[in-house]
Amino acid sequence: MAAGTAVKPMMAEAAEVLAAEEFARIVESHRPQIFRFLLASTRDIDLAETLTQECFLKAHRNWSHFRGDSSPMTWLMRIAINLQKDHWRNRRLQFWRHTQTNAVDLDEASEWLPSGERTAEQQILAREQVGKVWKAVQGLSDRQRTVFLLRYIEDQELSDIARATGLSEGTVKAHLSRALQKVRAELGGGR
Amino acid sequence: MSLQNGKAKNWMQDPGMEPMLGRALGNFRQSVHAWSEAVYSRPRSMPRVTAHRSWRLAAGWALGCVLAMGSLAGGLYERHHRHVIAKIKADQETRQQQLATERSASIADEDLLADVDSDVSRAVPAAMEPLAQLMDGGDAGQ
Repeated sequence: MAAGTAVKPMMAEAAEVLAAEEFARIVESHRPQIFRFLLASTRDIDLAETLTQECFLKAHRNWSHFRGDSSPMTWLMRIAINLQKDHWRNRRLQFWRHTQTNAVDLDEASEWLPSGERTAEQQILAREQVGKVWKAVQGLSDRQRTVFLLRYIEDQELSDIARATGLSEGTVKAHLSRALQKVRAELGGGR
Repeated sequence: MSLQNGKAKNWMQDPGMEPMLGRALGNFRQSVHAWSEAVYSRPRSMPRVTAHRSWRLAAGWALGCVLAMGSLAGGLYERHHRHVIAKIKADQETRQQQLATERSASIADEDLLADVDSDVSRAVPAAMEPLAQLMDGGDAGQ
């Protein structure tokens, strides 16, 4: 009986250690993706870093409640989307306190392009295209932008996007379609 | 660290994804991945910013505390000062009252003595006047 009571706390401790190790692995593997999504959404490096930290802090607090209904990535992405929404909502409410934004301008964001095996001409063309897509993304609604970035930057499946955003797959498709229309129009191939 | 740059893009096969749009989206994706990777790999400036901000916050709090303490001390000093002045005034008034009382008491004593004198002394009757004059003259002669 005494041995049994001593074993129970040890098992609980071991489970905690395992859970902490698993969470550390998840942070290491998913942190860059969450950061990238938030960076693309906000174009603000400091804000993306802050929101990424908050995302993993919140995830750590709620890790014991994660039941594995979706993948950890989808779960983390959902937290990140909600944090981002809360941030913009608060910012709109407190606009008189945060008048300045640290968002990088579109030209600067378009500068990033791996050279690969392209010619100088192809590089210029690619940069121009990237700039146009950024411009179109800037004109999207919050939902359209989130769905667009999850699909074309994070390569997520429609079902995962639906789970992460809390929308139906049909709504996700509709948002994607409208977002693509705007990108096409910006690129000059509107139809 | 892997940002999955090389992952196959499942959306390239989406219906209605024309080549030009696909290329533009591919470039956009590569650009965002490169930017994010560059930013993610650089040394973090966040702690320094936070430390700077927290230093400012601490300085602000310290200044606020100093001002609050100063105004509190000033208020207490003012209150104490008024209290002391009021006490001095009260003492002065008490002393003046005492003096007035003493003065009025001494005046009353003098009046009383004068009354006693007037009561005790008797007017010399007319018939005894020559005798009184003799006594006065005798006193003078002695």
